[in-house]
Amino acid sequence: MSVIGTPVIRKEGRRKVTGEEVYVDDLVFPNMLHGVTVRSAVPRGRITGIEFDPAVDWSEFTIVTARDVPGRNVVALLVDDQPCLADSQINHPEEPVVLLAHPDKLMAERARRCVRICTEPLPAVFSMEDSLARKEVIWGTDNVIKSYLLEKGDVDAAADIVAFGVVASGVMASGIVVEGEYETEAQEQLYIEPNGMIAFAENGGVTIWGSMQCPYFIQKALTPVFAVAPEKIRVIQMATGGGFGGKEEYPSILAAHAALLAWKSGRHVKMIYDRAEDMVATTKRHPSRTRHRTVVSPEGKLIAMDIDFVIDGGAYATLSAVVLSRGAIHASGPYACDNVRVRATAVATNTPPHGAFRGFGAPQSIFALERHMNRVAAAVGLTPEEFRRRNFLKPGQTTATGQVIREDIDLSALLERALEHAGYHEKKLRFAEENQTGTLRKGIGFATFMHGAGFTGSGERYLKSVVGIEANAQGEVSILVASTEIGQGTNTILAQIAADTLGVSYDQITLVQPDTAKVPNSGPTVASRTCMIVGKLVETAAQKLKQMLHDHLAETYSTAEFAAACATYLEQHGVLHAECEYQQPPNVFWDDEKYQGDAYGTFAWAVYVAEVTVDTVTYQTRVDNFVALQEVGRVIHPVLAIGQIEGGVAQAIGYALSERVVWHEGRMANGQMTNYIMPTSMDLPPIRVLFAENPYAYGPAGAKGIGELPMDGPAPAILNAVEDAIGRAVNRIPLLPEQLMEVLVG
Amino acid sequence: MAERVRIHFEVNGEPRTVESYPMARLLDVLREDLRLTGVKEGCGEGECGACSVLMNGELVNSCLVPMLQAGETQITTIEGLATSDALHPVQAAFLQHGGAQCGICTPGMVLAAAYLLKTNPQPTLAEIRTGLAGNLCRCTGYMRIFEAVQKANS
Repeated sequence: MSVIGTPVIRKEGRRKVTGEEVYVDDLVFPNMLHGVTVRSAVPRGRITGIEFDPAVDWSEFTIVTARDVPGRNVVALLVDDQPCLADSQINHPEEPVVLLAHPDKLMAERARRCVRICTEPLPAVFSMEDSLARKEVIWGTDNVIKSYLLEKGDVDAAADIVAFGVVASGVMASGIVVEGEYETEAQEQLYIEPNGMIAFAENGGVTIWGSMQCPYFIQKALTPVFAVAPEKIRVIQMATGGGFGGKEEYPSILAAHAALLAWKSGRHVKMIYDRAEDMVATTKRHPSRTRHRTVVSPEGKLIAMDIDFVIDGGAYATLSAVVLSRGAIHASGPYACDNVRVRATAVATNTPPHGAFRGFGAPQSIFALERHMNRVAAAVGLTPEEFRRRNFLKPGQTTATGQVIREDIDLSALLERALEHAGYHEKKLRFAEENQTGTLRKGIGFATFMHGAGFTGSGERYLKSVVGIEANAQGEVSILVASTEIGQGTNTILAQIAADTLGVSYDQITLVQPDTAKVPNSGPTVASRTCMIVGKLVETAAQKLKQMLHDHLAETYSTAEFAAACATYLEQHGVLHAECEYQQPPNVFWDDEKYQGDAYGTFAWAVYVAEVTVDTVTYQTRVDNFVALQEVGRVIHPVLAIGQIEGGVAQAIGYALSERVVWHEGRMANGQMTNYIMPTSMDLPPIRVLFAENPYAYGPAGAKGIGELPMDGPAPAILNAVEDAIGRAVNRIPLLPEQLMEVLVG
Repeated sequence: MAERVRIHFEVNGEPRTVESYPMARLLDVLREDLRLTGVKEGCGEGECGACSVLMNGELVNSCLVPMLQAGETQITTIEGLATSDALHPVQAAFLQHGGAQCGICTPGMVLAAAYLLKTNPQPTLAEIRTGLAGNLCRCTGYMRIFEAVQKANS
């Protein structure tokens, strides 16, 4: 009996509801030290000295500075610009400079305040505008971490043709130009388990236990730091209390710090950030600014889309180039347009680096697009839904990168179904009527969008992910992957896929704990790739394993017969193990130079509808109802899939309405759960989740990626609803009461 | 700094004695001295509820309770909720209805839900929302948790 599509119990669920699950802070080793980080106090400057308060007996402490790094002082990622520990130059206000470790956690924490980093301040840059204007050059030669130019057709030529016969009102002979500017601010991932690592050094190598998404990223980052072979760095993932991208690249820094203290002290060193340190020092979602200039025909057909997309990378390059790429590719959305130009730029500022966060650039550019499409619709006198119907991508048409839509996707039907389900048309009329009186204003809005699953472009081809699967003589099957369970259900869905492929029960499948000494590199747990990419590899590896047992299995078989077949095979061959390496699906082509081709193996498609009430006395905006309809291929686990969508929508409602990072000279000023407001159980509307299942030929059992999609649509849907409610356009998120008051009062 | 004092209390039905600073957090004593690591720290300032425990039957944030105040009380942690092999109905419902994702808020959330159902066996959805408002979850968007609480008592 198939378990795919059924709500089997989460693999590690029992340990989670009983509190038995072991997270990194639950691990204790004998003679373990506790490590803390001393950070810079200025956003930019030169280090002139480090002063240790003589009142403290420093002989009790292990002290590490940049000079103690045995290899290269760098956090290796895409560009090696970020040091593990600042040596002479400070580039942001949370730059780590000194590490301390002590057997007593409290003593370590107190000592942290007794170290002073002496600096000579340098002028700093805190905004994208100042960075683009090179008010001060703080990164490279021009502050530009990365830029892309994505071109389809000829935007300038199309605009010129339309411009012929332009009249003063802006209405043109054969088209209308609609411009808009949209901004999104930073967002904190706010996983409930802060970052944490334990390290131990022996035999010229390091072992790491920690909270993380990507064990092999940490191995790669620590290899140059200790100037050892990669296998000398062993990384073990402990149960991880949420990640959302926040534990993609940042854990490499913390692991390096714990490892440096362990290397010097010869003891286990535990470093657990408290909430404040985690919020102010680690990565957040990139702030963005998008300018749209759209040429549209009087009939409402998109003629040209000119998009200028800028993100704030913070002080170091980290993953900004990749975030920028995903944002740029999603910037023109699910619309057919012959002429598209996306100019995308990531600039540096003197804030802690921004990084991976669910959606990875797409929520920013899709916010701009879906607000702008409503503006364009209004400019040509069409409803938002009719305008979209006239422009949706259809099978056979191409995206901005020239990717041909090969799937059988009907976005108009998807839109119709979502609007129907939300009672959109009826409510739109009713709210307009009700808004005539009283102080509450209701509105309804939607967003249509897509999200590419897996790495962009050639990413998966370069990555060459590998998974393993093996069985013992009892017929118990182990899946070997570095893909981590961080709450999203990796363990469960991979076990479901393996169980169905092998024709054995779900209970017979076990996931081996991600440990670089034991599991192959199935790639990082990011980019909505675990189900679609890694799941497919597990499916293929399981098919191979089954093929190996071919001679010992009948057409149909029981659990006992499967076990007997495994036992027989093992007697003959000694080991029953299969591996599978990523192979690109056929007809997929990507040109890295021109940034053209198949950006993703496939896209998930969605229409989200939000209903809001704006209180014109308190300026508070509440989401009253939310409908999330998506096409994500086959749904592997209905409860987990619904949970992914609801959780993503909740984070995105926070992104739209309450989660505001307050900056002061490059430093987060509200690094507490008390004043950085994520949604509580009181703040969220009923979220109705609907799936349109359309199996994807190259996904496991037809599944696509799902994790990031729900982060993309809610913010523009909500702000479209706000515009419907108050008749005023708000083009910046988050929209807190203070910001709404500015809009309404002026 | 004050001297350590001897504090007696009952944890999950067992009498326990610890040597602790009077202002030590109940959270740290439970996790470090008694190794009850099902109690989690999410924020250390009483906002997230990951460290929720029952103290004389009342739901408290153990990060905000000084040990001196915990003396002579009865504490229940997540470890004390299930009886031998049988899960508490709330735990079983969380398991079945997707109430736990990453699991870090789960012990506190389960205790808050169990407390809610004990004081109000048939809560409305609005009462469930209010009852869980002190426990933050970043994964689920709470919807599966609401469903689990509704199903736990049916």
